[in-house]
Amino acid sequence: MSNFFTSSIGKKFILSLSGLFLIAFLCVHLTMNLLLILDNSGELYNTGAHFMVTNPVIKIIEPVLAIGFILHIVLASILTLQNRSARPIKYALRNQSGNCEWSSRNMYILGAVILIFLVIHLYNFWWNIKFPTLGNTALNTVTVGGVEMEDTYTLVASLFKSSVIYCVLYILGGIFLGLHLTHGFWSAFQSIGFCNQIWRKRLECLAKIFAFIIAIGFCIIPLYFMLGLAGK
Amino acid sequence: MTELNSKIPAGPLAEKWSNHKAHIGVVSPANKKKLDIIVVGTGLAGGSASASLAELGYNVMAFCYQDSPRRAHSIAAQGGINAAKNYTNDNDSVFRLFYETIKGGDYRAREANVYRLAEVSNNIIDQCVAQGVPFARDYGGLLANRSFGGALVSRTFYARGQTGQQLLLGCYGAMNRQVAKGKVKVYNRHEVLDIVLVDGKARGVIARNLVTGKIERFGAHAVVLATGGYGNVFFLSTNAMGCNGSAAWQAYKRGAMFGNPCFVQIHPTCIPVHGDQQSKLTLMSESLRNDGRVWVPKKIEDAKKLQKGELNPNDIPDEDRDFYLERRYPAFGNLVPRDVASRAAKERCDAGFGVNNTGKAVFLDFKYAIKEMGEDVIRERYGNLFQMYEKITAVDPYHNPMMIYPAIHYSMGGLWVDYNLMTTIPGLYAIGECNFSDHGANRLGASALMQGLADGYFILPYTIGDYLAHEIQTPRIKTNTKEFDEAEKHVTERLRRLYDIKGTKSPDHFHKQLGHIMWEYVGMAREKAGLEKAIKMIADLKAEFYKDLRVTGEFTAMNNELEKAGRVADFLEIADLMARDALNRNESCGGHLRVESMTEEGEAKRDDEHYAYVSVWEYKGENQEPEMHKEPLVFENVKLSQRSYK
Amino acid sequence: MADKILKELTLKIWRQKDAKSKGGFETYKIHNVSTGSSFLEMLDILNEQLVSENKEPVAFDHDCREGICGTCSLFIDGRAHGPDDDVTTCQLHMRRFEDGATITIEPWRCGAFPVIKDLIVDRSAYDKILQAGGYVSVNTGGVPDGNAIPIPKHKADEAMDAAACIGCGACAATCKNSSAMLFVAAKVSQLALLPQGKAEAARRAKAMVAKMDELGFGNCTNTGACESECPKSVSIEHIARLNREFLKAKFKD
Repeated sequence: MSNFFTSSIGKKFILSLSGLFLIAFLCVHLTMNLLLILDNSGELYNTGAHFMVTNPVIKIIEPVLAIGFILHIVLASILTLQNRSARPIKYALRNQSGNCEWSSRNMYILGAVILIFLVIHLYNFWWNIKFPTLGNTALNTVTVGGVEMEDTYTLVASLFKSSVIYCVLYILGGIFLGLHLTHGFWSAFQSIGFCNQIWRKRLECLAKIFAFIIAIGFCIIPLYFMLGLAGK
Repeated sequence: MTELNSKIPAGPLAEKWSNHKAHIGVVSPANKKKLDIIVVGTGLAGGSASASLAELGYNVMAFCYQDSPRRAHSIAAQGGINAAKNYTNDNDSVFRLFYETIKGGDYRAREANVYRLAEVSNNIIDQCVAQGVPFARDYGGLLANRSFGGALVSRTFYARGQTGQQLLLGCYGAMNRQVAKGKVKVYNRHEVLDIVLVDGKARGVIARNLVTGKIERFGAHAVVLATGGYGNVFFLSTNAMGCNGSAAWQAYKRGAMFGNPCFVQIHPTCIPVHGDQQSKLTLMSESLRNDGRVWVPKKIEDAKKLQKGELNPNDIPDEDRDFYLERRYPAFGNLVPRDVASRAAKERCDAGFGVNNTGKAVFLDFKYAIKEMGEDVIRERYGNLFQMYEKITAVDPYHNPMMIYPAIHYSMGGLWVDYNLMTTIPGLYAIGECNFSDHGANRLGASALMQGLADGYFILPYTIGDYLAHEIQTPRIKTNTKEFDEAEKHVTERLRRLYDIKGTKSPDHFHKQLGHIMWEYVGMAREKAGLEKAIKMIADLKAEFYKDLRVTGEFTAMNNELEKAGRVADFLEIADLMARDALNRNESCGGHLRVESMTEEGEAKRDDEHYAYVSVWEYKGENQEPEMHKEPLVFENVKLSQRSYK
Repeated sequence: MADKILKELTLKIWRQKDAKSKGGFETYKIHNVSTGSSFLEMLDILNEQLVSENKEPVAFDHDCREGICGTCSLFIDGRAHGPDDDVTTCQLHMRRFEDGATITIEPWRCGAFPVIKDLIVDRSAYDKILQAGGYVSVNTGGVPDGNAIPIPKHKADEAMDAAACIGCGACAATCKNSSAMLFVAAKVSQLALLPQGKAEAARRAKAMVAKMDELGFGNCTNTGACESECPKSVSIEHIARLNREFLKAKFKD
């Protein structure tokens, strides 16, 4: 395994694994989010959120998730820096529209945009839940089925109900994430070697479907509140 | 006068090579390490020789003018490589391959050499398979074969339409392995411009570093030339733009004799010339004649309409099509040897039945094969060739007949070598297309790859040992001696002379002129008056060249114009020798057709009584007439007969 | 095959005296080019014109002019080997261009392929990668019969698909990361598919990837641009196989 982590394929292997791990996280996250629109009373979502916060497995996964993010970001940055320095003199004229997808060429930019969104997102919710005393919005507690828990539903709902800007921001976040995934999803499989003549078409197709679901899924929530479907 | 000794071993034909190997000198492994060999050229012959010699333990310096050894023009060979494996159970054998090669060459090659070639052909296939060459295979996983012109059996192994490429990459890989081991040092972008002789033996080369423009010296115990052919004398040919005869020509001027210079092959299936901006001709593999049918219109008025673009060839009904090869040669049909097919095409075009706007093309039609086997089968077999054709001509050959015309392709002539592949300069070897051996007056398809690899893998590594066994006491060749000084000065002066003319015309201008003269008078049909005229015209062109050449750019820097100028200067002299040789050979044989020597039916007529020899030319000095020697060809195992493919 | 004449073309060409000099674009006009001419024949005409004006012609790499040697290497109007698919520059024909067009011609831009002069670059990095292990270690002679080991047709065909690589460098030149992965993958994949190459597959993949990284090529991000511009249509599925071979080899260490 010597030099594995310094080799190009080794770095990409880790980048891909962290990416796939983040994809798994997105699935869980989206499932949780959809609870927001299934029950306008917020009880379902609050119960779910409470379960996530208190579950020991999630507690263990949380730092792993953070490491996953950091690895993904750091490796992508290293790879991108190396890639940029591999062509010291740029072309005067380039025409790449015909030979590859826009998203595949702009993964790092898409990633950076998503990172900015992520920071805002964490500030909006995660920060308030983790550090209620330092938070920017008061987090109340509710009792659901006899259990006292944080009223995260209200935290989310009030943000989207109060601000069209945030709604738009979150919709854009979803779209950028989707674009990142149209390439990222199948590319991760390609980088770990899981691709061939037959599977390439399947993976590329699956990537598009998956990216679409994730993007739409995450966009639905702000839209749902913005359009007033959850009540005033 | 130098005595020509072909050193053909005694004994029965089938035992000559094994007997010879058993009796020649061998260098011990300890001594091989002390011996250096220069190999000029990195195509199939040079590449395989470099790899094999380095594996044996010699220190090899390999030279190529290209930016990488992998680009040598062997890479462009499409159709395949012959071997007498008899995998198809169609009664092939070493003897049959030998016989067909001798016959195909119109009985102008040495029996012993050709038999040896046929003998080692099978080893080549095994070797290439072991190197990872992805030959075409059948569903059972075994090697597939196809047929080629001039053969009655299917013995051609192939890798799609890129056989040359795959074989070359195989030996390039073997060479790379030796580069990694430090046994081969590659000098790419180096052009060898002179051979250095010390005490009459080849001891090194002078090369121009094409990147810096500096003249460099290299010493070795033996020098191997694997520089390919001189077909670019004709300007338009299927050779690569950089292919040249310069190293071989300088060897000739240093005392290596030149065999059969007039024998060049004209390939029948090339994409026709589109206009005077044309820079080179593209070959369409001979394998296409397996399934394509060659035809021209029967009616002259149809031909006229086609030339004017008023008629679509698909609208000409079968009964108005003249499948002239099938008509004239029913036994071999579209698969007659190249020289026969080329001449037949020329005959039809000269009679006015040619197509294309120039009237210089014939059809090669796949309509019938597609009808019989389906488009998919044809696509599988020739897909890349069809694509290439369409890219160049913008015509879809699946639905329209291809247009083809003969073009210069290969030079059978070359440096004269003995059975050991050594030239008349001791220690100087010539292998592959660079030498004159094996193919006589006409080469059969898929035999060039066979010869290049046979020489490089299985013949030279043995025979060079016989010479080097006597050189083990010779220390490393020093390059600071007077011989190297003289040679370097000679090269610099030659280039300076060209550079300093400061005339008005580019090297290409003269090259094109030379090409026109050669194609017109020393091309597919040659006659006395024309050849004499050509010799005069070449001399005039040469004089003009040395008066009006313009070489732009810097002298000691990368300078493509200077490279071209040097090559054209040599082509002008090679052309002269070709014309002289063609003039001397007043018979028709193989690729060489003398109008004076034809049967009443218009077929070529050989004259074994007077011309069953190799014409071997010796350089006698600047502006002196060269002297011709004869190496008589003795046929003990085949009966000479007029070639008939009817 | 009715060829038309392009009356005037404007060429913007990168000129650079040698590796050390700083280069720049020069603009030339050229007249009466047949659409049946190849792109390189068009450059020949330009060079003849320059020589007649006693100027130094444009240096560009070319040799076989039939799309197989891999020598020609131009970046034309923003694309490797110009505006046609599955061709090398020498197979690109002028019928792809309109009369009056301006054509921008640049050398391959890639840190590992330094410019030598004008449009000529040094691609010896590719040779070095192959020298690191792109072969089967067999000596001449003493090998088994060619039919001793049957190879399934589909394997042989797939190996041939990869082996079709001509080493022109378009993959690295067109890749936004200057990655040579397609080139490396073509050789690793070809030999990994064949039984003859299996014995040293692990060593080969590791050595070639290490050399590729060392020479300063970028990292592949699977954009697929290389495959689109590859004149021989070598597929990036071979890159997946290279990844597999490499990871398999590394995990065994």
